[in-house]
Amino acid sequence: MIKTNSEIFIFIIILSLPFKIWGGDILLQSTTSTKNSGFYNYILPIFKKKTGINVKVVAVGTGQAIKNAENCDADLLIVHAKSDEEAFVTNGHGIKRHNLMYNDFVIIGPSNDPANISESKSTEEALNSIFEFGHNFISRGDNSGTHKKEKKLWDTAKLDISDYSGKWYKETGSGMGTTLNIASELNAYTLSDRATWITFKNKQKLEILFDNDKNLLNQYGAILVNPKKCPYTNIEDSKVFLNWLLSDEGQNMIKKYKVNGMQLFYPNAD
Amino acid sequence: MEVFLKAFITALELILNFDISLYEIVGLSLQISITSLLIASIIGFPIGVFLAITQFSGRSFIISIFNSLMGMPPVVVGLIVYLLVSRSGPLGWLEILYTPYAMIFAQLLLILPIIISLSTQIFEELHKEYKDFFIIFSVPPKKSIIIYISDSKDSLITIFLAGFGRAVSEVGAVIIVGGNIDHVTRVMTTTIALETSKGDLPLALALGIILIFISLIINIIANKLKIKINKESSL
Repeated sequence: MIKTNSEIFIFIIILSLPFKIWGGDILLQSTTSTKNSGFYNYILPIFKKKTGINVKVVAVGTGQAIKNAENCDADLLIVHAKSDEEAFVTNGHGIKRHNLMYNDFVIIGPSNDPANISESKSTEEALNSIFEFGHNFISRGDNSGTHKKEKKLWDTAKLDISDYSGKWYKETGSGMGTTLNIASELNAYTLSDRATWITFKNKQKLEILFDNDKNLLNQYGAILVNPKKCPYTNIEDSKVFLNWLLSDEGQNMIKKYKVNGMQLFYPNAD
Repeated sequence: MEVFLKAFITALELILNFDISLYEIVGLSLQISITSLLIASIIGFPIGVFLAITQFSGRSFIISIFNSLMGMPPVVVGLIVYLLVSRSGPLGWLEILYTPYAMIFAQLLLILPIIISLSTQIFEELHKEYKDFFIIFSVPPKKSIIIYISDSKDSLITIFLAGFGRAVSEVGAVIIVGGNIDHVTRVMTTTIALETSKGDLPLALALGIILIFISLIINIIANKLKIKINKESSL
């Protein structure tokens, strides 16, 4: 048994020794959609094998990822809300915004489609049908890239959902997965990025009811955190990583990533 | 009900197949929670004794503060620690955000009030019994602290378990300051949250079952220890 204070101290030191300390790694703030789809588990080992550089991924909503990066808790940012990304760069937090890859958003809903949106010709028409019918629609409500996109879509369709919040329009304030879980339970409509939807395992009676519309584009951007604002940032390695992602080789690797035989992300670096 | 059955089978499979990532996650959980528990005990028990045996104005107010801090939401603790250790925060130079050290820090803040409040109560009881004895034999205060702690070992085990339970089961704080990074800061509870968000409910529940199982083992060991201590002291 441990008897003296010094023995306890030694015990604590031994306990905490094996923690890996990751000096020199890249800290990447990114979105749950890219992380949950297994994209980073696929691409990071390829990059590490090539360069020996380790990348740590923190997956949160786009809003929070940008906030964290503004606090300098990131070396690189990969998110999906273009206007916020541009503001991040304009405010001097980021160096430059690059297009990285895209996929699309899809409208998910109960397979019997009570609001009959599957025959809609446009996203506006689909949202109009849900609005008129007043069927449960689950919103992220968390300032994420997907939430911002959804709000923009309602605006474009000139529909004001604010009066219905808490009625048929329910804001979860949670990540995409949690929101999909709730949509499954309530048999409701929701907007999801395609990658999260494909990899989501609790689909129950939900399916894709509306997709393939130009308004549903989901563009991911990559930004290096500016070392002038954040002196601790690991700019050297992050540059290597970003340049690799934007290179033909990196873009090709993105293209090759498939889940259940489906390609999840389409590279489009400029 | 099918989910429960599936979860149970998945849990058994994970344990019996010696799934390496599972053992890594469980190991990290235990390592972090036990470390924060020990640090909290070293700080907390002496404070508990101090609060129990000394009289000063504001004492009961301090005790009330610690009592109410026991109910502090983990997310708030996580947020506070995040703001402290963020690269732009006052402790940013430590560079411990998104490492196990930040998680230990957060758990320490979570369980310290439990250790202090509960031990104060136990030492207060003991103090009523021993007070006169200590005065008669003029035992120095430092010595009395050691006597109090060693004479209440079995009750302290209960406090340990309460602290450990809080540390190992919370998710709100460690997911903010740890970031749930694979192979670095991923623990049982953050994995459960992650798998739930992926919609893999059986796997999430299986991990929950394993967490309860580990708690059970620890409780059994602690109880054995308690019985042993009681036997020794009754001799």
